[in-house]
Amino acid sequence: MLERFLTGASTYSQSIDHLIFLIAALVGFWLVVAEGFLFWLIFRFRHREGQPSQYITGEEKHLKRWITIPHMLVIACDVLIIVGAVKVWMNVKQTMPPAEQTVRVYAQQWAWSFQDAGPDGMLDTGDDIRTVGELHVKVNTTYHFELVSRDVVHSFCVPSFRLKQDAVPGRTIAGWFRATRPGTYDIQCTQMCGIGHSVMAGRVIVETPEQHARWVQAAGSPYTAQAANPASHTHASLDLSTAPGAEFAEVRP
Amino acid sequence: MSAEAHHAEPGFFRKYLFSTDHKMIAMQYLFTGMIMAVIGGYLAYVFRMQLAYPSQQVPGYGVVSPNEYNSLVTMHGTIMIFWVAMPVLLAAFGNFLIPLMIGCDDMAFPRINRLSYQVFFLSAVVLLASFLVQGGAFGGAWTSYPPLSAKGAYNLTPVGASMWLVAVALEFVAFLLGGINFVVTTMNGRAPGMKMYDIPIVVWMIVLATIMFMFSVGPLIAGAVMLLFDQLLGTGFYDPGRGGDPLLWQHLFWFFGHPEVYVVLLPALGIVAEVVAVFARKKLFGYKTILHTAWAVWVLSFVVWAHHQFVAGIDPRMANVFSITTLLISIPLAEMVFVYIATLYGGSIRLATPMLWALAFMAEFLIGGVTGIFLGASGTDIYFHDTYFVVAHFHYTFVPIAIIAVFAGLTYWYPKMFGRMLNETLGKIHFWGSIITFNVIFIPLFITGTAGDQRRIYSYAQFAEQARPALQHLRVVSTLALLVFIAFQLIFVFNFLWSLRHGQRAEANPWMANTLEWTVPSPPPHGNFADMPTVYRGPYEYATPGRREDFWPQNVPN
Amino acid sequence: MSSKPIATSRSAAGLPTARLVTWWVIASEIFIFGGLLASYVMHRLGHPEWAAQAAHTHTWAGALNTFVLLTSSLFAVLAHKAADSGDGARAARFLRLTALGGTTFLCIKAFEWTHEIEAGFVLSSGGFWSFYYTAAGLHGLHVLAGVIIMLFFAADAARNEELQRVECIGIYWHFVDIIWIFLFPLLYIAR
Repeated sequence: MLERFLTGASTYSQSIDHLIFLIAALVGFWLVVAEGFLFWLIFRFRHREGQPSQYITGEEKHLKRWITIPHMLVIACDVLIIVGAVKVWMNVKQTMPPAEQTVRVYAQQWAWSFQDAGPDGMLDTGDDIRTVGELHVKVNTTYHFELVSRDVVHSFCVPSFRLKQDAVPGRTIAGWFRATRPGTYDIQCTQMCGIGHSVMAGRVIVETPEQHARWVQAAGSPYTAQAANPASHTHASLDLSTAPGAEFAEVRP
Repeated sequence: MSAEAHHAEPGFFRKYLFSTDHKMIAMQYLFTGMIMAVIGGYLAYVFRMQLAYPSQQVPGYGVVSPNEYNSLVTMHGTIMIFWVAMPVLLAAFGNFLIPLMIGCDDMAFPRINRLSYQVFFLSAVVLLASFLVQGGAFGGAWTSYPPLSAKGAYNLTPVGASMWLVAVALEFVAFLLGGINFVVTTMNGRAPGMKMYDIPIVVWMIVLATIMFMFSVGPLIAGAVMLLFDQLLGTGFYDPGRGGDPLLWQHLFWFFGHPEVYVVLLPALGIVAEVVAVFARKKLFGYKTILHTAWAVWVLSFVVWAHHQFVAGIDPRMANVFSITTLLISIPLAEMVFVYIATLYGGSIRLATPMLWALAFMAEFLIGGVTGIFLGASGTDIYFHDTYFVVAHFHYTFVPIAIIAVFAGLTYWYPKMFGRMLNETLGKIHFWGSIITFNVIFIPLFITGTAGDQRRIYSYAQFAEQARPALQHLRVVSTLALLVFIAFQLIFVFNFLWSLRHGQRAEANPWMANTLEWTVPSPPPHGNFADMPTVYRGPYEYATPGRREDFWPQNVPN
Repeated sequence: MSSKPIATSRSAAGLPTARLVTWWVIASEIFIFGGLLASYVMHRLGHPEWAAQAAHTHTWAGALNTFVLLTSSLFAVLAHKAADSGDGARAARFLRLTALGGTTFLCIKAFEWTHEIEAGFVLSSGGFWSFYYTAAGLHGLHVLAGVIIMLFFAADAARNEELQRVECIGIYWHFVDIIWIFLFPLLYIAR
């Protein structure tokens, strides 16, 4: 359903969309019933001359049924929703499928930068590829990410992946995603992070294996000038050493 | 002691500014809240214009810069919650109604009550003054998460950030002073014969809300002191580089912030209960059920706060626990709404303006309630968190609370407050105009949120997915509806002011209601009751079998 | 004070209004201190190294202060007893002794802090010291407020007026005392 509003491009975008649909169906039904009943009552019991209101305390057992039965039904729906929500949550946030590649995501005022583990799959080795504003990932590949912030609280959000995770200074937060559809998708910061919050944009570029291999090759060897990628969409200063909060740049778990 | 009513008329300052009379303090809170609402509405107008017509001149403001935009949204949220919803629902209605409805002459501590307003007024001045200082007003969102809020180097509004914090802390102090007064007065000041279950629901709700506020705000007061020290004295409570933890603030804030929703919701529900009973000429369906559900909400509201933090970096296992508690709280709330709807059954519903507002509250709050499920369920919150879906959701709760229920209460008690009736025709025009436009403002935002619009974004130009024309059209629709909504509020202001002088004079009990405030003249004199009343029955004896009249005031022996 | 509203003199809940309000004030205070102390404990558990900082506090001064506060609470009880029996002058004397205890507490506190500040431990010298000064400072403010209010109430009590207030300030004083009983081990002794 959500696909109509925004493409889904990760493995869990579907399960989140399904959960949204389930909740929408359940609460939508109740909303219609409750609103319908409300308006019917307003019409049915409108003021008419010579027709006094009835004296109903609502304390009697047979009347309380009108509350307790819907009450039970609400509980049943709640249980259904909780089960669905926890299942999706466990899948997305609580468990991590084995990594096929790792990337570290740096958030700072007001730019995203990325450290791809490179061909050896290990972070902080010579073949790491650093980029600013653009995250290149291979399609159908499980990525683990380490999310760190260099200054304030940011939030790493890729709406098309249905992915959102706050970056908290002083912590390294782990997560994962697996893109399913090649293309270019937005990265947004979704936690108020100062005056540049609205320009803290990035792109995630999901590539076919061939495209990705070409990119890795072009990116070349360790710590290249890739950091100054002119195609970068970020508007923030690229000089990370003088950015506010640079003192946290080396935060490690 | 009712001889006080015959005292010489006090001078202007004694009467309007330094009065200890609960009714005058209620009016002070009401008018301050209404002025703040105008300011908060103006801010909304400015940033909605920016969203609909990015970077263009906003009439009456000018071009909005990104940091101004942040200040605008921050201040809009702060003002509407702390300086409009709280003072009007809790302080204005609480002050006006509690002594009148429980049948006593004033609050237990009138001078503390006056102090409460004075501190509140000071807090409003500090907040508004922060617009004028170097760097401008604080723009780090009404949640004020550190480290952004803690360091001037990050937020670029060092003075504004501290003033924001001081203003909020002062406001809390004001409500603690006033709140303790409410609770003590209601516990001890009730008229003879008024037992626990004879107290009108609105008084119950205000008192429950007050106690909830007192207990939830304590940790945040401590947290605010710590944040202020971080800002001004160089401590590192929230600084991860120095042994602090930014998430601590989030816990302290939301431990208060979520109960705060119910702090304003409960009085609104109380107002609606009074209005519905009177205009449906019905005894409330299950008075005790309402109280029990309110207590259940009260208790549960203290254990749901982390649903604001599902993706904030807390232990993911915690999310499951808070998902469950959050969905649990939907049960008593749903039940309460059912009870209200059930009250209509068998009634004789008169669609006067207050009743229209009360019914609209139920209809609209239902939407706000059910959309909250998407956010309380951890799995879907991953996507919806901090999108416009959230914005639309909580406006579907806060607008019914702070605007619709307040209008229900104002139009209902206006005759008692000012001794004159409001104009019904204008009231109905205002009602329909506001309700329709309200929905047109926020339904598009549910859609843009579902399509991925994130909150607090100055311009979506940077985001290809969000810059789609279809979404921009929706933003424009929402903004235009806001303009119409604001225009309709002018009708209310006119009606309010015009009726003060030219409205039809109100008798003591124009709505034929049962509660004690309707037994005294409109407006009530100093000291309220010429003879202190005795209470013989509950507040909702309408259409009692065997009585000629369809209402039976609480103080009438038989 | 003939202008007191009827609301103040009623007691529908069966408790004098003054005592009721004291309890509510304390209830809301508990949550302020509760929030602060819970934050401290959470941090402390996450930072075992803070124990080294805590070792710089003057445990003996803290212990002495505990003794001073407990003694002053005893005077508060005696003041309440005197007020109950209608002896305002005696109640006032005991209240002033309680206030003296509070003042002594603050003097010892000032001595401690002077030493710590001279040793270079100030509010911003790290997490432990931030909590130490904030928590003890907030408590100290409550002691100071209590002393001032007590002196006013003692003046009233000496004229045999408003004797019900003697009990209320006593309840408040016990509360301040209990807060200290929590603070002392948490700040000084815990390793």
